[in-house]
Amino acid sequence: MPLFMELLEVLGATLRDVLPIAAVLVTFQLFVLRRPLPHPRRLLVGWIYVLAGLVLFLMGLEQAIFPLGRTMAAQLTAPSFLAAGGEGALAAVDPLAYGWVYVFAFAIGFSTTLAEPALIAVALKANELSAGAISAWGLRVAVALGVAVGISLGVYRIVVGVPLQYFIMAGYVVVVIQTFFAPKRIVPLAYDSGGVTTSTVTVPLVTGLGLGLAESVPGRNPIIDGFGLVAFASLFPMISVMAYAQASEWRSARGGSPGTPDPASRVASEEVQP
Amino acid sequence: MTWLRLMLRLVTGSARDLAPIVLVIAFMQLAVLRQPFPDLGSALVGLVMVLFGLTFFVRGLDLGLFPLGESMAHAFAQKGSLPWLLAFAFALGFGTTAAEPALILIAEEASQVAAQAGVIADTGAARSSYALGLRVTVALAVGVALVVGVLRILSGWPLHLMIAGGYVLVVVMTAFAPDEIIGVAYDSGGITTSTITVPLVTALGVGLASSIEGRNPVTDGFGLIAFASLTPMIFVMAYGLLI
Repeated sequence: MPLFMELLEVLGATLRDVLPIAAVLVTFQLFVLRRPLPHPRRLLVGWIYVLAGLVLFLMGLEQAIFPLGRTMAAQLTAPSFLAAGGEGALAAVDPLAYGWVYVFAFAIGFSTTLAEPALIAVALKANELSAGAISAWGLRVAVALGVAVGISLGVYRIVVGVPLQYFIMAGYVVVVIQTFFAPKRIVPLAYDSGGVTTSTVTVPLVTGLGLGLAESVPGRNPIIDGFGLVAFASLFPMISVMAYAQASEWRSARGGSPGTPDPASRVASEEVQP
Repeated sequence: MTWLRLMLRLVTGSARDLAPIVLVIAFMQLAVLRQPFPDLGSALVGLVMVLFGLTFFVRGLDLGLFPLGESMAHAFAQKGSLPWLLAFAFALGFGTTAAEPALILIAEEASQVAAQAGVIADTGAARSSYALGLRVTVALAVGVALVVGVLRILSGWPLHLMIAGGYVLVVVMTAFAPDEIIGVAYDSGGITTSTITVPLVTALGVGLASSIEGRNPVTDGFGLIAFASLTPMIFVMAYGLLI
């Protein structure tokens, strides 16, 4: 029963992750707050759901998504596949020869972010607190587009070999400028969305892509150039979420009527022309 | 019956969340790489597990993680003891980060980079003490981040000025920090916040902001995660400068 052994293994790993969190919560609850929690049975059921859900989710990813994603990243960045794009393209490090790698980076960044459980959590909370003014789906699409653009740019950086810090510093300057123009309500949420994008689903796939690419492109060191994609994936969502909020604000200011907002297509049209 | 209907609605939502990944992988595999799926059966089983896993997680958020985070935040606000609240924030940040598997992995890789660059001796002991130091640094950073973030919620300091100031500090430190630590430092900002920590920390912030008069849960409650992704960069670069 290899599946059962794997179940035990993932369960053990997840419990080990949760243990320090549970220890902190229980210690403070029992020794500092010393007051009974409301609905203890509901809470317990909820935690069991969260644990069981995470275990199933991780096992399924390991079974269905990660092996394919890793082989894909390896195949797309293999010199033989890249060389098929054009004669001697690899030797000259022609950035255009890596066309499918950018497409893959964009698509995988976008789609894995939409499935990221931590982002779902934050989007649900934001939607609930804003009484529906911040659409959960719109926020997630905006974040996913940010991650997609960020990872594509990060891949481009590995191909051409520009130092990471130039991109990141330029990104921070954009974030700081946007902060002064974006609606105040969205700013904390935009900052938070940078940190939540990269956890369970995105990181393993994206790291494989970066390392594979740094190995195949001549003149790159996988240990030094392989890092940094996660940084791109946490920077660009801030920009795209603030852009999304600015776009919706301009739109409602110009249109006058709230109408039926279609944030997905709205953000898409904003993002296509950088 | 209502439970069944609720679960059905949640499963549909999860299916929508997962459809893009399936489409991307299928398109890449069939149209670009032009290869059949190596093991379709086990991939399908895995997909069903992912679908139900996500569904249970989302239901568990509403039943368990959010209510616990918020009710503890309310309880701390009622207790009115600032030192205990800050101790709780620090312990939550430090405790959840020190054991984070993604961080353990990155710390090990970073110790190899440092050994290659000649910053530390290339021995097992030197590498593992460097990796441990890095982990403690990042965990401290996240603990400090939550303390600062909670103080901000209580006092109403402007978040954007603090974060913008933090970025300026990151940019300045980048100019001085050794090259081999920069990639690691930037990445460590993104990996510190795990899937269970994020909902808990969000609920803590929102719960605090909603139990203190004059604070708005949307503008004041969010922002804790932002600090937790910013301070590790500063702390890790400082670590690189000191070693």
